[in-house]
Amino acid sequence: MGISPVLWQFLTKWLTSSALWPREASTVAGQTDALYIFLWLMTIVGMALVLALLVVFSVKYRKEKHPNAIQIEGSTLLEATWTIIPLGIFLFVFVWGAWLYFRIYNPPADSMNIYIVGKQWMWKAEHPGGQHEINALHVPMGRNVQLTMISQDVFHSYSIPEFRVKREVIPGRYSTVWFNATATGTYHLFCTQYCGTLHSGMVGDVVVMTPSDYQAWVDSSTSGMSLAQNGERMFASLGCSQCHTGDAAARGPNLAGIYGAKLKMDDGSTQLVTEGFLRDAILNPSAHLPAGFKPIMPTYQGQISEEGMIDLVEYIKGLKTNYRVQQTLGTSQSNQAAPSASGTVIP
Amino acid sequence: MADHALTHDEVVAPHGVHEHPFYQKHHFETTEQQREAAGFGMWLFLLTEIMFFGGLFMAYLLYRNWYYDAFVSGSNTLSLSLGLINTIVLIGSSLTMAMAVWAAEVRKQGALVMYLVATIVLGCVFLGIKTVEYKEKFELHHVPGASFDISEFVHPTDKAEKPLPVDMANKTQIYFSLYFAMTGVHAFHMIIGLGMLIYFVVKARQGLYTTGYVQPIENFGLYWHFVDIVWIFLFPLLYLINRH
Amino acid sequence: MSTANTIVNLPDQRTAKLPKVNYINKEHGLLSWLLTADHKRIAMLYLFSITGFFLLGGFFAGMVRFELLTPAGDLMAADTYNKMFTMHGIVMIFLFLVPSVPATLGNFLIPIMIGAKDLAFPRINLLSWYLYLGGGFFTLASLVLGGVDTGWTFTTPLSTHYLNTHVITTATAIFIAGFSSIFTGLNFIVTIHRMRAPGMTWFRLPLFVWSNYAASIMMVLGTPVLAIAIVLVALERTVGIGVFDPAKGGDPLLFQHLFWFYSHPAVYIMILPGFGVISEVISTFSRKRVFGYTAVAFSSVAIALFGFFVWAHHMFIMGVSNYSALVFSLLTMLVAVPSAIKIFNWAFTLQKGSITFETPMIYVFGFIGLFTIGGLTGVFLGSLGMDIHLTETYFIVAHFHFVMVGGMLMAFLAGIHFWWPKMTGRMYPEGMSKFAAVTTFIGFILTFFPQFIVGYLGMPRRYHAYPAEYQVLNVLSTAGATVLGVGYMLPLLYLGWSLKYGAIAGNNPWQATGLEWQIQSPPLTENFIEIPIVEQEAYDYEWLAHKTEKEVTTVG
Repeated sequence: MGISPVLWQFLTKWLTSSALWPREASTVAGQTDALYIFLWLMTIVGMALVLALLVVFSVKYRKEKHPNAIQIEGSTLLEATWTIIPLGIFLFVFVWGAWLYFRIYNPPADSMNIYIVGKQWMWKAEHPGGQHEINALHVPMGRNVQLTMISQDVFHSYSIPEFRVKREVIPGRYSTVWFNATATGTYHLFCTQYCGTLHSGMVGDVVVMTPSDYQAWVDSSTSGMSLAQNGERMFASLGCSQCHTGDAAARGPNLAGIYGAKLKMDDGSTQLVTEGFLRDAILNPSAHLPAGFKPIMPTYQGQISEEGMIDLVEYIKGLKTNYRVQQTLGTSQSNQAAPSASGTVIP
Repeated sequence: MADHALTHDEVVAPHGVHEHPFYQKHHFETTEQQREAAGFGMWLFLLTEIMFFGGLFMAYLLYRNWYYDAFVSGSNTLSLSLGLINTIVLIGSSLTMAMAVWAAEVRKQGALVMYLVATIVLGCVFLGIKTVEYKEKFELHHVPGASFDISEFVHPTDKAEKPLPVDMANKTQIYFSLYFAMTGVHAFHMIIGLGMLIYFVVKARQGLYTTGYVQPIENFGLYWHFVDIVWIFLFPLLYLINRH
Repeated sequence: MSTANTIVNLPDQRTAKLPKVNYINKEHGLLSWLLTADHKRIAMLYLFSITGFFLLGGFFAGMVRFELLTPAGDLMAADTYNKMFTMHGIVMIFLFLVPSVPATLGNFLIPIMIGAKDLAFPRINLLSWYLYLGGGFFTLASLVLGGVDTGWTFTTPLSTHYLNTHVITTATAIFIAGFSSIFTGLNFIVTIHRMRAPGMTWFRLPLFVWSNYAASIMMVLGTPVLAIAIVLVALERTVGIGVFDPAKGGDPLLFQHLFWFYSHPAVYIMILPGFGVISEVISTFSRKRVFGYTAVAFSSVAIALFGFFVWAHHMFIMGVSNYSALVFSLLTMLVAVPSAIKIFNWAFTLQKGSITFETPMIYVFGFIGLFTIGGLTGVFLGSLGMDIHLTETYFIVAHFHFVMVGGMLMAFLAGIHFWWPKMTGRMYPEGMSKFAAVTTFIGFILTFFPQFIVGYLGMPRRYHAYPAEYQVLNVLSTAGATVLGVGYMLPLLYLGWSLKYGAIAGNNPWQATGLEWQIQSPPLTENFIEIPIVEQEAYDYEWLAHKTEKEVTTVG
């Protein structure tokens, strides 16, 4: 900023302790506050200008002082001025806001991922290592954290005011937001999309810890299997491994390394394999048919909970080889005939 | 449409003595003004109807794009011949309606009543065929809701039909939801139209519209043609998806 | 009242009487009112009914603010609170704000302002009122049956699958009230196009007519989309069609698009007629033509057009693609500009005028101040990155109350006070009315400004209970609401009082231009004895001065 650091520190301390705005606890918070301050300045200047016009004209041209009104048609120059200047300011605000928006909604590639499932009226957080939290979120300070979120029922919205981030949590598809917490502490977590009776109760705490404290927390909260391990169990029990064996002639495409790949689809288009794609492919397989495969995959709509889906997605994300797949296939009783159609192996 | 402030001569219709036709309302200065206002009002109303149906068309566009195969299969279960007959019937009713407007303008009362009745008959034929179609859908469990059955789409009885995977077959419910919503709202507009036609027949037999007071028949004709045009969009969108 | 600083010009009160024949006393009996075709009587019927619903909506607001005095949800159960804010929104938006200026002032004045005897379709006008009552009836039914708690936004799938309150009853209410609005808009458009008096060209029309015309375009084009969205919600709730249900392949976001496609233009439907009032009042009390008449007229139409292309700015964080968010944000910035143009045009109307500060003018000043803040905070929300933090918090609540209440409601009160003498033939007590206006202004700021702050601090909207650190600001807000309530009650009292005891107004107490001020107060049923032939421009004070020189005002 162009302001002296001392002055800036003083301002933030004063303004924070007078509670005009929440603590700045993420890398993006200061940028949001800067835009906010600019917008208030714009408002104050605009207000002052309008007020000045009103007051000055009212005093100068009140009836006692100015009994005869002079009819004025208008002024194209003035019209142009107060069209172009506000437009210019608003466009500047647009550009700044758009930049900030893209910053907040485009997670950096190295973000650690935590899953959030919202339901009436609580938040479930699932860390990849299998740690589960209700109405809380523990994160390490100074790391990029991405939240992959979905709702089990209605629209909710995950809001951490002190990080200045918020995103709608939607039934039927994943939404993401990311942040990088800059100060340890406990911060508010709110649901901000009206979701029924206990909407105001759907609150919690975001706990930011130093990396070592976070690691300690992770180690002590592990309750069993990681998400991917759960996912592996489901992959076998739901029968996925029957077709997605990883063989070249398998009925289903090879899933090892598929996450993040660009997949050529049956209709000629190319799709990027994201968490959302995987989820949709499990629920609506015929609409996500890779080139060279038959639409024989059954749908799992209604059979897998969102948590279960997250486990599966985590598993598939981490799948680098088919070794474990074939192991689990071997241990389950399989008497399916070998597939007859050969399929093109995916890239 | 011509749009002007009235000229002085148009305005100075004699007051005090009722020198204007009986059907001219007192807040209008001339019958021409009244006729233009009524016509404009009807066009505006039809614009609101376009926006009303527009929401449904938007939903249709979205889901047809997402679930094309389901839309094809759903559409193929509709009877092409019944749909075609209905289209011809409705266009025919627009013809008889246009003839009714002509008859009113040339003040032929008998012809007017006959054409209005013909329009009613054709409209009823349309609704009758629609009832037959709806009944068939009901029997086949293609009505959205708890009793919706996708077996026809997963294992089609017609060998020429492509079987759908279960997840795509589930989406046929969306197709039928839109089918019933769009044809239902259309039919509702037709029923209202038929009700008005009955009223017009009664009044026409009393000679009301063959006195130069053509505007109600004219404006209703606009409404009826609009209902016809909506069907002309609905028919290909709902019945003709990927037919060979 | 000293005559130096007022323009009020009343007839000699010792001999003044109301005109012998006017639209109020022309016919007697309840049925003559309930079956009237007279646009002025229909306007009064509307005024009466929307006041009733305003009080109901205000009661709900009071309940909400009362609960929010304390951080815990201790006044009422969570479900009850949810019903309170839902019904507050539904009643205030659909049964008060949308019809407020158009159905009362617009109905009363538009035919007179253009020199016509009535609207183009008087019986459809009456039908509009009955449809409005139908909407009101179903709303009351829903209330009596237990209320609805969807939020006024009816978000699916909450409203379609997860609530067992009276959603369909309320949806029916809004559907019916929507048609009331559509028919009013249709009537206005045809009237303005086809029934202007000779010589009344488009650019001689008062800006009040332009504003209502622009709002009518939006009513006619936007409301049907809300209607179909409601029909689909009802079908989904009853039959289970699944167009908004992700489990069946539907998209819950589709509802949002359909809903906001109307509901964003709705906010311009609400504010544009208010803009029209401001133009009339500020011109009269500055004795000057509105600065930049053409710019103000065209900016109204520009708002009506642009307003249809910004709806998704209510959905920036809801999963619309980043690129569509960009487009909608840009368009939102564009739609903000015509409103800015108007504010400056109004301010410059004061320049070189001869200004007096009667009550309507006080409301206008309040409007300009509060609407500027409200409108600029809209720019905050239109800015994508800023919206992420601000959306769904009390900042939004503050923003829309600033424009709707600080803006629209003040404009409505300005209009009621300005045209009260015309509609009733009576003046209200000026001291009392000024006091009420100032009270409203102070109460408003105290109520809603703290909400900007508490919103930025993170307090979500529609919250029944909240963290204790937000309490101080909430208490301030509730205190302000009490003052605001007093400010709104006072006009009910003194305006009612004036009907019997107010000074006789005469034709033109404000010495305003405009055809409505050249006829008696209250007007004749047919408005004009003879249709005028218009030769003067809008806001032609020279014409007025010339005319009044030649006239003798007689009343009685």
